[in-house]
Amino acid sequence: MISNTGFWAFLRRDLLLINRRRGEVASPLIFFIMAATFVPLGTTPDAELLKDIAPGIIWVMALLATLLSAESLFASDYHDGSLEQMLISPQLLVMPVLGKVTAHWLTTGLPLTLVSPFLGLLLSLPAAGYLPMMAGLAVGTGCLSLLAALGAALTVSLQKGGLLLTLIVMPLYMPVIIFGSATAQYSIQGLAWSGPLAILGAMLALAIALCPVAIANVLRLTTIN
Amino acid sequence: MNWNWFYRMGSPRWFYETTSRWLPWLGALTFILLVGGLVWGLAFAPQDAKQGNSFRIIYLHVPASFLALAGYFLMAAAGAIGLIWKMKLSYMVMKCAAPLGAVLTFLALFTGAVWGKPTWGSYWVWDARVTSMLILLFLYLGVLALQYAFNSKDVGNKASAILALVGTVNIPIIYKSVDWWFTLHQPATITFTQAPSMHPAMFQPLLVMILGFYCFYAVALILSVRVEILARERKTSWVRERVKQAAQNSLGATL
Amino acid sequence: MVAEPSLLSVKDLCFERDDTQVIDSVCLDLSDGELLQIEGPNGSGKTTLLRLLTSALTPTRGNIYYQGRTLSDCRFEYLSELLFLGHQSAVKVTLSAEENLSWMTGRSRTCEELLSALDSVELTGYSDVPCYRLSAGQQRRVALAQLLISNAKLWILDEPFAALDSQGVSLVEQCMQKHLDGGGSVVLSTHQPVSIKAVRRYSLMDQSIREQFNNDL
Repeated sequence: MISNTGFWAFLRRDLLLINRRRGEVASPLIFFIMAATFVPLGTTPDAELLKDIAPGIIWVMALLATLLSAESLFASDYHDGSLEQMLISPQLLVMPVLGKVTAHWLTTGLPLTLVSPFLGLLLSLPAAGYLPMMAGLAVGTGCLSLLAALGAALTVSLQKGGLLLTLIVMPLYMPVIIFGSATAQYSIQGLAWSGPLAILGAMLALAIALCPVAIANVLRLTTIN
Repeated sequence: MNWNWFYRMGSPRWFYETTSRWLPWLGALTFILLVGGLVWGLAFAPQDAKQGNSFRIIYLHVPASFLALAGYFLMAAAGAIGLIWKMKLSYMVMKCAAPLGAVLTFLALFTGAVWGKPTWGSYWVWDARVTSMLILLFLYLGVLALQYAFNSKDVGNKASAILALVGTVNIPIIYKSVDWWFTLHQPATITFTQAPSMHPAMFQPLLVMILGFYCFYAVALILSVRVEILARERKTSWVRERVKQAAQNSLGATL
Repeated sequence: MVAEPSLLSVKDLCFERDDTQVIDSVCLDLSDGELLQIEGPNGSGKTTLLRLLTSALTPTRGNIYYQGRTLSDCRFEYLSELLFLGHQSAVKVTLSAEENLSWMTGRSRTCEELLSALDSVELTGYSDVPCYRLSAGQQRRVALAQLLISNAKLWILDEPFAALDSQGVSLVEQCMQKHLDGGGSVVLSTHQPVSIKAVRRYSLMDQSIREQFNNDL
């Protein structure tokens, strides 16, 4: 039997719910791979050119894939009334929120990180770039998930919130994408890549500290009005 | 400590009546500063040695960029005051500051592009400051879009206030990372003229223009807040009385 | 002698939305073992009032007291003693009836308790079926099964009879009567008359309270 409060309870529950609908996990992943394949088709198959832009393309696609899947983060809880029950739970709202965002990262950010080497192959990423790219993605997609959850909370009650969510979250993604793709580019250029990775880690720490509190407050506002 | 003054300031009626007294003076000051600064800057300031007359666009570009950024912080501060003290007036200020700031940001980007063509040979350059300005425009547009997305005005106000605050936390990070990104990719061909190295004869009219833009911003913000107040308080007796009075006056003028 | 503070007491409660007064100076009292029925036509603010009572909404003015203390002073205690059932049942359609009930009741329940509760709401044999296969009324029954095993002192039910057949309605009424007899309290909003021994009816239209006794029960 499961308790219905706290971080682990919500993490387990969301993973269970997602497990019952595995198609939802696959869609962002397939999008990630498909969209990235279009870039060589639209530009050039030249490996020399592609290797320079590969980290950037992979990061932009990861960003879009995260945004695509973010809309559903609170949507079903909003429509079936679970979110209202969360609001009046005696425990703080921050832990359930963090649990849900973690579940989101485990089912989008982590799989994206794991399939990214495959995209690296398609886009002729130099060998030195793989490990830093994956490390950067693993940390950076955490930031992406947290910020996307903030956007999802703000737009949860709107009929067509998905596009607006993208619009309000994208500018906030700017620092993540800069340092994320720099991590891979540094190592390709033979520089130490721990610097940008450390900054990504710092941004993740800041996001973990601030975003769940903000999301909890936003949910109190947008769930019921 | 007595906080009455603070809450009185939150009253739309108090705001409306006080600004009625100030507005003509502030408007006149704005007019003098802007016209004076423009004439001084465009006609009397010396030419730039390298750029010729094209540099004169900084008399619009620099003040607009200043106000675009300052306006975002003002908007976020107004939103924060609204969230904390539940003050209706400050939401109105926030609501009116958003389109104003977006327009100023656009103006800064546009004048930058016009200036860029003769100076850098292209309308758009991925320079750190230009890129940050573009992201600022995106942040403004996000706040605006969120504001009007909700059926309930109250929820729209609060949601966009939170988004504006999140943006405020992010702006320094965004600026720093864009700066860092730019130094990483900096093309060697572009060089910049730094503002502090400007000749005083060029700099003084710029100062007048910056002051003029600040006053202009204040006037524009106050005017749009006043419209917002009239629209929201239209059912109250003091607004009705005022409208009746204004109608009588204009009737008297036409007769 | 100081009177015992009532379980829930509402003083001059106001709620404003977009410059319109949705709830205007509501005063209420609720003691142990009492049922309060909130009445009013559509759009009169029944749901808003219930949401104010659950603390999901914050009032513009006025206060809610739980056992004599303001809600902000005893939020944890109050919410631990509260069971709220809204328009939406909070039933997850991909989970089975038993999984849903187990999540809703929170504290560790034995499998037998859950199954017998589901039996009582006539969902025998459906415990392992994912809820998307159940009808709207059956999904509602899953949520209502909480009433059978909940320890909460105060129930706040928003339109509990919606989507239920007459059998379901009388089942909910039995649950409420048992809860009231055990010293619990109920606040509910509904349009139809409730067959409970003693009902206090509060009308949002004229803010009057009427006592009604059904002695034949």
